[in-house]
Amino acid sequence: MLEENLPLVETAFKKYYFENFNLLPVPTRSSEREFGYQKFNGGMNRHIGIKSNEELRLMLITNNPSDVYCSNGYYSFPNLPMSEKDWKEADLIFDIDAKDLNLDCRKEHTCIKCLACSEISSLQLTCPSCKSTKIEIKSVTCINCINGAKQEVFKLKKILEEDLAIKKEKIQVYFSGNEGFHIHVTDSVYQKLGSRERNDLVDYIMFRGIMPETFGMKKYKPERSSFVNIDDKGWRGRASKHIFGSKSKRSKAITEIISDPNGYTIFQHKLENLRDVIGVKIDPNVTIDIHRIFRLPGSLNSKSGMSKILCENLETINPFSDACFIDDEKTDIVADCPIEFTLKNKKFGPYQNEKVTIPKYAAIYLICKGLVNAT
Amino acid sequence: MTDLGQDEMSKYPFLADAGQYLKDQGFTLDQFGSDPDLQLFLDKAIHRIKSAANGILYKSDIKDNETSSDATLPIEVFSFLLAVILLKLNGNNTLIRKFSLAEARRAEDYLKKDLKEMSDKVELAKKIIYSLSSITVENADKKNEFFIPVYDYLKHSVHFHEKEWKLINRHVEDGKVFLNSEKVARLVRSELSNFISKKILSANSPSMVTGFKKSLEELASLAKKYYVPTMISTEYPPCIKHAIDVMEKGENLPHSGRFLLGTYLLGIGKSIEQIAPLFKNAPDYNEKITMYQLNHLKGSSGSGTEYKCPSCERVKSKDLCFATSDCDGIINPIQFKKKKILNA
Repeated sequence: MLEENLPLVETAFKKYYFENFNLLPVPTRSSEREFGYQKFNGGMNRHIGIKSNEELRLMLITNNPSDVYCSNGYYSFPNLPMSEKDWKEADLIFDIDAKDLNLDCRKEHTCIKCLACSEISSLQLTCPSCKSTKIEIKSVTCINCINGAKQEVFKLKKILEEDLAIKKEKIQVYFSGNEGFHIHVTDSVYQKLGSRERNDLVDYIMFRGIMPETFGMKKYKPERSSFVNIDDKGWRGRASKHIFGSKSKRSKAITEIISDPNGYTIFQHKLENLRDVIGVKIDPNVTIDIHRIFRLPGSLNSKSGMSKILCENLETINPFSDACFIDDEKTDIVADCPIEFTLKNKKFGPYQNEKVTIPKYAAIYLICKGLVNAT
Repeated sequence: MTDLGQDEMSKYPFLADAGQYLKDQGFTLDQFGSDPDLQLFLDKAIHRIKSAANGILYKSDIKDNETSSDATLPIEVFSFLLAVILLKLNGNNTLIRKFSLAEARRAEDYLKKDLKEMSDKVELAKKIIYSLSSITVENADKKNEFFIPVYDYLKHSVHFHEKEWKLINRHVEDGKVFLNSEKVARLVRSELSNFISKKILSANSPSMVTGFKKSLEELASLAKKYYVPTMISTEYPPCIKHAIDVMEKGENLPHSGRFLLGTYLLGIGKSIEQIAPLFKNAPDYNEKITMYQLNHLKGSSGSGTEYKCPSCERVKSKDLCFATSDCDGIINPIQFKKKKILNA
């Protein structure tokens, strides 16, 4: 973040925490969790113990952080170094990021910033100004991406509830504050799973590592009777629906597969291709990590200036309005954003390195995204 | 644990209270060493240990899943108990581990059969599984189909590296994983093995019985095979020292640990011939397979891909990292030696 823009963002964040402190109550069992924060253009401060709302408020006022984090893990001594914390258990957490969906619309709201000459331009492989290949990809999010991410959340919730028998009320969905959703599962039977077990759970959710035999397709002498049914629960039924289409087409499809000498390989490829369609696109590293500090619900995301908020109704939530809490005071900045974006139902951009007067929430958004220049 | 009938005592002798059983039958240890009529039991015990050492499942006299005659029960139980005493007197950890694994596999076979039976044997098998592993096994609607909670499945299945054990390759619904009796029994093999070895290791050391001398000499010469010249070098990183330590004790190092050890030692220039003996003490050691796997890692067989030592991050994720301050600044165990040299 440019030093020149820091005071504006710092003041806006401070004001948010002062006026909206009720949006970030400390999570349950806070005395067993590790907290952390980052300061603007500063490093990470971890291993902090916070027991109450008052202590959290004091931390926010004293440090004016850019980002605030809290562990999904529970420890006997959360404020000691990692090796001495004594890990007890951890909530299951999932991160779904619109960036990972690679939707067609993404190129329309992505641009590049040259790391050599700082020139911001439309999406391309090299800087048009200095020809450097050292570029940083910058993107804003569109409602299409958010809707795509929502679909992934629905897929995930279905697996958590139907396959893993996690009760609805134990699953909380949050808008991440930037380009996706965070899903927290608290107080479930899976709390004590370690990293390795979570890794296998991740593969299950992402539909990775599937074998044709799981669906009844044998390598040698495949038999019709061993194939699973479309009505089966779990992945067997869900994937069969995609492979065979419908009950009436199943029989013919099986005949084709078992009579083809390359049937096994064909079936294997079908399953691999299906992974991108039916597997849930979660970030595996987040779920595997049992010592992670994860963005605190209600806190601001310094990548956008928006808040991480609870989605009570995922269908209807529009984060570009509902998670945008910075006020609309007129603000002057030099915007350099070759792509359009929408906040609070208002369209902004494109701006070509020009001085503009826009509401503060949009100015903060551009600064956080790094799409501004010094005046 | 649970009340055992005659059949169960023969199938799962490790569940019996050894001292109590001997007392109940009116025998003392000295009698087994001195009475020629009881020599048979001692021979059987040695046979049981030797079979285990050679990776062969000891063939018992149980037929059709039931003890075949009145004589079978004492032979099965006494030979097991005497084997434990002989192992305890011999004290070789590798032999104990090998024996425990072989006995676990034998018990696994019976668990498999008992689960399949439509009698009270099923309930007893389930009780045994629960006592050893805390896994609650329940019958599903189909014949020879059971289910266990997903949590319990994951806790046990992560130790297997075959793809078929991945959760994605199982029938999962409503928080349950569906398995047949073979898979349920296989899932608890390591618990069975650990239970048996713990029982042996924690048993009080018996005082020497003169009549056991010959049998113990036989065991001593058998144990010689498992002596491995120690390879510990101060230049090895702690994760490798730990892996070598586990192997030398004859404990079971997971697949990922063996991969780490093999790729590390190959990476620092050791030859396959130098590395292979390290694996000799593994409870499931098989010389042919070890040589094949090391050659595979080196890239001299199979696809020709040479496998590199995994990164510290990867090692950490597999719970195999035992970093000390000497590890600061390295991202792969292979850099440890180089760093040491640089610092020297």
